[in-house]
Amino acid sequence: MDTLLQQIINGYVQGSVYAMVALGYTMVYGILGLINFAHGEIVMVGAMVALSVVQLLINSGLPPQLVLLFSLIISVSVCMSLGYSIERIAYRPLRKAPRLAPLITAIGVSIVLQNLAMIIWGREYLAFPPILPNNSHRFFGAIITEVQILIVLVALIMMGGLLLLVHQTRLGCAMRAVAENPTAAILMGVNTNKVIAITFMLGSGLAAVAGLMISARYGIVHYYMGSILGLKAFTAAVLGGIGNMRGAMMGGLLLGLIESLGAGYIGDLSGGFLGSHYQDVFAFFVLISVLIFRPSGLFGGRIAERA
Amino acid sequence: MTIPELKPLLHVCDLKVSYGGIHALKGINFHIAPGELIALIGSNGAGKTTTLKAIAGLIPWSAGKIHYRDMSLQHVAAHQLIREGLALVPEGRGVFAQLTVEENLRMGAYSRSDKSTIANDLQDIYGLFPRLAERHMQLAGTLSGGEQQMMALARALMSRPKLLMLDEPSMGLAPQMIAKVFETIRNISTQGVSILLVEQNARLALEVAQRGYVMERGLITISDNAANLLDSDVVRRAYLGD
Repeated sequence: MDTLLQQIINGYVQGSVYAMVALGYTMVYGILGLINFAHGEIVMVGAMVALSVVQLLINSGLPPQLVLLFSLIISVSVCMSLGYSIERIAYRPLRKAPRLAPLITAIGVSIVLQNLAMIIWGREYLAFPPILPNNSHRFFGAIITEVQILIVLVALIMMGGLLLLVHQTRLGCAMRAVAENPTAAILMGVNTNKVIAITFMLGSGLAAVAGLMISARYGIVHYYMGSILGLKAFTAAVLGGIGNMRGAMMGGLLLGLIESLGAGYIGDLSGGFLGSHYQDVFAFFVLISVLIFRPSGLFGGRIAERA
Repeated sequence: MTIPELKPLLHVCDLKVSYGGIHALKGINFHIAPGELIALIGSNGAGKTTTLKAIAGLIPWSAGKIHYRDMSLQHVAAHQLIREGLALVPEGRGVFAQLTVEENLRMGAYSRSDKSTIANDLQDIYGLFPRLAERHMQLAGTLSGGEQQMMALARALMSRPKLLMLDEPSMGLAPQMIAKVFETIRNISTQGVSILLVEQNARLALEVAQRGYVMERGLITISDNAANLLDSDVVRRAYLGD
C-alpha cells in the first residue's frame, strides 16, 4: 500500500515538471502550429544557468533561499531572452515557409544549443549543490521530501497563473485570438509578432523554472538532459491534445504517474524479467499509442477544437 | 459621376496588385467621402476582395497609392489601421469561434485604451443587438451564421470606425437574416460611419448605397450613383439578373 502511494507521489512530482515543460510545447503549437523541438534544450539551459549562479553565490554568505531566488530570476530571464531570440532569428523568417522548414530548423536549433552548452559547461555530469535543507516527511507510510512539496506548489502556482493570464486578461484574449485566426486578430489591431514573441517567452520562462526544479530534485545536470526530458514533455503535450493548455497540464501529470507506476510494478508484472530501468519505455509507448488510437489527444487538441 | 463636395476620406489611386504573376488589380481609382456608403459590385474574381485586403494592409500592392485621412498607407502596418478608424469585416466574418461573444466584442476594442468608454460602448452594443446580450457568455462558434455576422458587425463597431469595410456580409445567410444585416448596415451608415460595401448581391448593395463602382477583371469599369446603376441596362443584365 505504501509502495503504491510512494509511486503516486513520485509520479505526481515528476508529472508537475512534465506539465510545466509540456505547456511550452503546446502554447507554441497552439499559436504557430510549430513543434518547437528546441524547447527541451531551453530547460537544460535554465538548469545550467541556475547551476552557475548557485556556484557563484553559494559561498557568498547569502541565505540559501536568496541564492535560490537569484538563480531562479537569472535563469528565467536568460531563458526568456533565449526563447525570444530563437523565435526572432530562427522561426520568424520562416513564418510563411512550408511547415517542414521550421520543424527542421527547430531540430537544428536544438543541436546548436546542446553543443553551445557542451562548450560552455563541459561534457561531464555536474553536481547541483543541495542549497535547501531537504528534509523528508512520512506521509501515510510513504516519504515526501520538502523539495518535492516545493516543486508541486510552484508548479501549481505557475500553471494557475498562466491559466489566469490566458483566460482573464486582454493579452491572453489576444493570444487565443491569434491562435485561432491570425488575420482576424491583425484586423482587431493585434500585433501578432509581439504576441507570438510573448508566447515564446512565457513558455521559456516556465521551462527555466522546470530546469531548476529538476536540478534541485536530482542534484545532477548535464548538457544532454534537455533531450529526453523534451521528448517526454512533448509526449505529455500530445497525450493531452497538443495546442490545448489544460490538456498539457493533465497530460504531464498523467505521464508522470504512468511512468512511475509502470516502473514501480514492471518487475512484479514481468516476474522480475524487466526492471525499473525500463521507465523511459513507458513514455514512448504512451506516445505511440496515442498517435495510433487518439491523435487529437485525450482532451482534444487544437485541430479537434477547430473542427 | 458626382464630384464629392467633401474631401475624400479614402482615395485609391491607380492601385495595382499582383500575386504569382496574376494581375488581380490592374490600376483602379476610386474615393469615398466622409459619411458615404459606397457599393463595390462585380462578379466572382473581379478583384473586390483583393481591393479590400490591399486597403486593410493584408496584401502588398505593387503600384499606386492609397490615401486615408491625408495619410499614405504605404508603410502603415496592418494592425495599426484599426487605431486610425479603418475597420474590415472580412469575407467569412473572421469570428473567433473559441472566444465568447463578449470576448469577441472586447477584441473589437483591442486597439482602444479608453477603458471606461469601452464598457459603455459594450452596453450600447448590447442594446442595439439584444441577441448578443443574451448570448454574451456563449462561445461565438455556437452562434448561427446570421448571429455571427451581426457579431462581426458589432465587433467592428466596438473599434469606433470612421471607415467600415464589409466583405460579402450577406454570404451564406437566409433571406430574413440578410434583410436584418442590411438594416443594420443602413443604421450604421446613418450614424455617420463611412462604409465600403463589397457584395455579390448587387441589387441589395445598390439599394442601400449612395454610389457604386462596378469591377470587372481587376478594373473599375463603371462608376455612378447607385440609383443610376440600378437603372442601367448594362448593370441590370450583367449583375441584377434582369
